[in-house]
Amino acid sequence: MSNVGIAAAAPEIANNLSRPVVRGYWKSVGHRLRYDYVTLFFLSIILVIALLAVLAPLLAPFDPTKTSMINRMKPIGYRDFMLGTDELGRDMLSRLLWGGRVSLMMGLVPVFLATIIGGFMGVVAGFVGGYVNMAVMRTMDIFYAFPSVLLAIAISGTLGGGTVNGLLALTLVFIPAMCRVAESATTQVRNLDFVEAARASGAGTLSLILHHVLGNVLGPVFIYASSLISVSVLLASGLSFLGLGVEPPTPDWGLMLSTLRSGIYVQPLVCALPGVVIFITSLSFNLVSDGLRRAMDVKA
Amino acid sequence: MWYYALRRILLAVPIALGVSVICFALVYLAPGDPLQSLIPAEAKPEDVEQIRRLYGFDKPVPVQYLIWLKRAVSGDLGVSLQTARPVLLEVMNALSNTIIISAGAVLVAFTLAFVMGTVAAYHIGRPADRFVTSAAVIGVSIPNYWLGIVLVIIFAVKLGVLPATGMGSKGSTSFSLLDWEQAKYAILPMLTMTLVPLGIIMRTTRSAVADALNQDFVEMLRAKGLGPAAVLRHAIRNALPQVLTVMGLQFGYLVGGSILVETIFTWPGTGFLMSKAILTRDVPLLQGAVLILALNFVAINLLVDLVQTAIDPRIKRT
Repeated sequence: MSNVGIAAAAPEIANNLSRPVVRGYWKSVGHRLRYDYVTLFFLSIILVIALLAVLAPLLAPFDPTKTSMINRMKPIGYRDFMLGTDELGRDMLSRLLWGGRVSLMMGLVPVFLATIIGGFMGVVAGFVGGYVNMAVMRTMDIFYAFPSVLLAIAISGTLGGGTVNGLLALTLVFIPAMCRVAESATTQVRNLDFVEAARASGAGTLSLILHHVLGNVLGPVFIYASSLISVSVLLASGLSFLGLGVEPPTPDWGLMLSTLRSGIYVQPLVCALPGVVIFITSLSFNLVSDGLRRAMDVKA
Repeated sequence: MWYYALRRILLAVPIALGVSVICFALVYLAPGDPLQSLIPAEAKPEDVEQIRRLYGFDKPVPVQYLIWLKRAVSGDLGVSLQTARPVLLEVMNALSNTIIISAGAVLVAFTLAFVMGTVAAYHIGRPADRFVTSAAVIGVSIPNYWLGIVLVIIFAVKLGVLPATGMGSKGSTSFSLLDWEQAKYAILPMLTMTLVPLGIIMRTTRSAVADALNQDFVEMLRAKGLGPAAVLRHAIRNALPQVLTVMGLQFGYLVGGSILVETIFTWPGTGFLMSKAILTRDVPLLQGAVLILALNFVAINLLVDLVQTAIDPRIKRT
């Protein structure tokens, strides 16, 4: 899953960036999106999943942590349990709804943090150049020498389980990739004529970065970050699956998949459900990211 | 080219050293006294003291690193807390099992993906292309640990044709893919691992072949009167180095990221070893496995670069 080449895509995205922003850019992006029905469809799926997760306390028919000895491993549609029950007799629907909160958070937060931290480091390294650039980027190269699954597991495996440790590990995994994208975009913009002109007319470093560089860097950084969400969802539930993410009895899709493994001989369909949800979520994020990339005209 | 190769090999050295620093630091990430995570909990105080001095834990951290590095280079990665066997031995035994399924998976993925990617590139924008593109995005979106479970449900639970877990009665001592009784244990893990590289190689092939088909020389070949098959052969030769690179990297990712698949199938490779190490908080074993897998990944990256330079005459690196 994580071999979804974080490394491979990074520099190319930036190559395409240095176009001057013509008026109506966002309008044309919106126009292209409006007729991209596939992207719109999957975007609405993401919104529905997010809404269901947010409204879980209102929508869930049962307490997601309430166990029941007699109602263990019931099939889909058994009495009031619309999606059956798990190995401890807890309602699957309620757990999937509540699990969405943790799983989506574990997918989004690391990418968000890594975008800010990695993006900042990349812009500074790219803009300052010289030794600073070399120090930052060569350090990132070292993190790149780890396959992302391995790095995530090494960090959270030694730190121990828990949501915070999982978030920390995933953030660390994504920072180098974000840093590379931001650095390569910044380096390209830095030497363009309009930046030179602004510098000549007396703009300071900070205002150069804020007004001239950032606007050109945000596009590829945003697109790249959006493509990482799907990886992050998969990695996060993978960590939980190994017992390194969320701690039981908190519902989380990856953890549910793991604990339900004991039941595959009894209720295979119920046991496969959390995976279906993870798959739909990750697929939707992937396709929306692809759609945004096309609409914003940033090349992969 | 030789100059480039030498330079590239030398560049890998600082990376490998950096990797070793991170692996060394893992022990300090673990909660509590770093020494505590390296020795069994029931060790006697005087033994702890002796080990502290022996491993140099009474010295400053950089010195500790150098001591650790010296031991690591000589092949001493410490001792597993659970089995009391040398970490290096444990990891190396497991590594061959991981390589068996990873190599199998990447070969299957490459064969399928190359054919499908080429077909898609040739029919770009048409149904065949749509099908391949969708298959590729599904391949990279499916959680492979879930796919593993689904495959077990289908082939082991429902159909009962393939074993669900393990590595056969003989275990890892004399595993041979030629013996069906043993080989069938490798099929499901291999199949599960195939999916992600399949999607990625398919995408790469499609765009590389499509790019090649858009170049001027293709127009020239067509004008010369070459048939579609001959034109395609030229395009494929142009696209191949790029695809092979991606395939090499995917192999590296599989070997390093096999933990989930191996855990599901209890396939006794490095991933399963790490998974056990995490459960039992066997930090030396985890650290050693991470170090060897990461160095392995650095080596694969290096090899891929060198092979690419050798087979692609367009790359004139100085």
